[in-house]
Amino acid sequence: MKNGQLITIQNLVKDYPVGRGYFRALEDINLTIGEGEFTGLVGPSGSGKTTLLNIAGSLDVPTKGEAQVLGQSIGTLNARQSAKLRNHHLGFIFQTYNLLPVYNVFENVELPLLLLKMGKDERRKLVDQALEWVGLQDKRKSRPAQLSGGECQRVSIARAMVKSPKIVLADEPTANLDAENSHNILQTMEKLNKDLKTTFIFATHDDKVIQYLHRKITLLDGKVAKDEQIVKQ
Amino acid sequence: MLALKLAFRNLIGARLRTWLNVFVLSLAFVVIIWFKGVLNGWNEQARRDTIAWQIGGGQYWQENYDPYDPFTIDDSHAPLSDLALKAVEQGKMTPMLISQANMYPQGRIQSISLRGVDPNQNIIELPAIHLKIDDGDIPAIIGERTAKNSKLSVGDYVTVRWRDVNGIFDADEVKIVHVFKTDVPTMDLGIVWIPLEKHREMVNMSNEATILTTSPETGFIGKIQGWEFKDHYFLLEEIREMIKTKSLGGYFMFIILMSLAMLAIFDTQVLSIFRRQKEIGTHIALGMTQRQVVALFTVEGAMHSILAAILAAIYGIPLLAYQAKIGWAMPAGTDDFGLTIAEKIYPKYSLGLVLGTTLLVLITTTIVSYLPARRIAKMEPTDAIRGKIQ
Repeated sequence: MKNGQLITIQNLVKDYPVGRGYFRALEDINLTIGEGEFTGLVGPSGSGKTTLLNIAGSLDVPTKGEAQVLGQSIGTLNARQSAKLRNHHLGFIFQTYNLLPVYNVFENVELPLLLLKMGKDERRKLVDQALEWVGLQDKRKSRPAQLSGGECQRVSIARAMVKSPKIVLADEPTANLDAENSHNILQTMEKLNKDLKTTFIFATHDDKVIQYLHRKITLLDGKVAKDEQIVKQ
Repeated sequence: MLALKLAFRNLIGARLRTWLNVFVLSLAFVVIIWFKGVLNGWNEQARRDTIAWQIGGGQYWQENYDPYDPFTIDDSHAPLSDLALKAVEQGKMTPMLISQANMYPQGRIQSISLRGVDPNQNIIELPAIHLKIDDGDIPAIIGERTAKNSKLSVGDYVTVRWRDVNGIFDADEVKIVHVFKTDVPTMDLGIVWIPLEKHREMVNMSNEATILTTSPETGFIGKIQGWEFKDHYFLLEEIREMIKTKSLGGYFMFIILMSLAMLAIFDTQVLSIFRRQKEIGTHIALGMTQRQVVALFTVEGAMHSILAAILAAIYGIPLLAYQAKIGWAMPAGTDDFGLTIAEKIYPKYSLGLVLGTTLLVLITTTIVSYLPARRIAKMEPTDAIRGKIQ
């Protein structure tokens, strides 16, 4: 892993089998993403944003080429190594929140720490801290069904951030939220990025998200069409 | 350990869905244990009563005697050897003479087994002491079933006709001096008990007997020429076979109950795999391998049986203990079935029965939970996260 570079992608190709042939979702992708970035993979539906995000998140593997995340080659990891990478260093935020409905807020946020086999006191401390980041200390006993969409997504952010991962991958995090909640969520993530130096990578086509990005990587038909740094005023 | 913790959390979180399954499974637990307990209790009571009332420590049968072949009865008698006489004198065994006869209660003819028993015997619980009357009548005792069938009661006289050793018919009246109650129908149904010496005199078989019943403390006293010793294993075979048959019926009930419970769990698991795809994907995204998720879902399913065991213990222990105390009254007419069965059966539970049932249910539940959970291993995590699998 080169200094400050968390993700390095070289000549990446991803094909999906379709009938007797295949569909090429990503073609010749070359990227590097560094520490503390607030980057978005932007593009229309079917452009390959989520596929690229999944490969970066070690949930999928490249067909060809190389994807290195925190110095580990995604294509060569076995299931256990891949799970370990996600467990220790990656956080996920999903469009539909993916909170466990039978757990309350505290338990949902605590789950990644349980998988890390952390002690009870430490877990409680870190969960409380994460809930404070997203402003949900008073909702710790509530179940997801009792929360608004914005609150659910904030729980999802707390769950992704609770273990202080190096990278957070967010797939259309505002797609199910209204404008006000979207801005609240994005401001929260921007603050966490600034305070904790956590790298955020979004897959989005939402303008509300795009206006917060520091770097915008535009994908079109599975290829990088544009990669631009955005200078904030 | 983590799977246990998460599975427990998932089950508790699922609330009503969990408790419905757990309740059905706990019912299976309680009913299976109760039914097996009833069979155990019946078996034990039947063995105890049969030993106390009929077979003592084992019996010597005259070599021609076959209780299932009435044609052998006429030849099933022999004089007691010196060894047998000595044992009788020492109170280690009691002789019994059996012959076929007819009685005529209220003018009807009824085949009976006329049995001579020593009024002084105290080896079996038959109340032969009532035969120690010397008022010129032939005293007889009968069981409640025989009394009911022949409409006889204490004080009644009934004509009995028999054939002596030479085949000559004779008849006399016997007086019913006592009607006894026993749970062992083979000591009651169609049997008229009279004093041994009187019986010997009537059939002209001096010093002879058909069966020698040893005391429970004595058992086999040595080989006696012309007699065959029958031990408990042989004499209790009927009870064993009967319990085996009832157990087989019990297994069908067990299979039906278990199938219902397992169907509920299997159904829940299959539904869970489909309904909780996002959850499965989320677990994988958070750092679990698919095998760990399979293990989690399997443990979750299997844990139904642990919760069911706890629930079953909460209401089952007091319920079964109360039932074991007050017993289970057999329906009217059960005593006419010809089976050794008490009016009330007191179920008998053992640690082995409870642990065995728990283990069996736990293993079955785990297998039933694992089968649908295997599908998780075939899921693409990216599809699972989006809940796209159909």
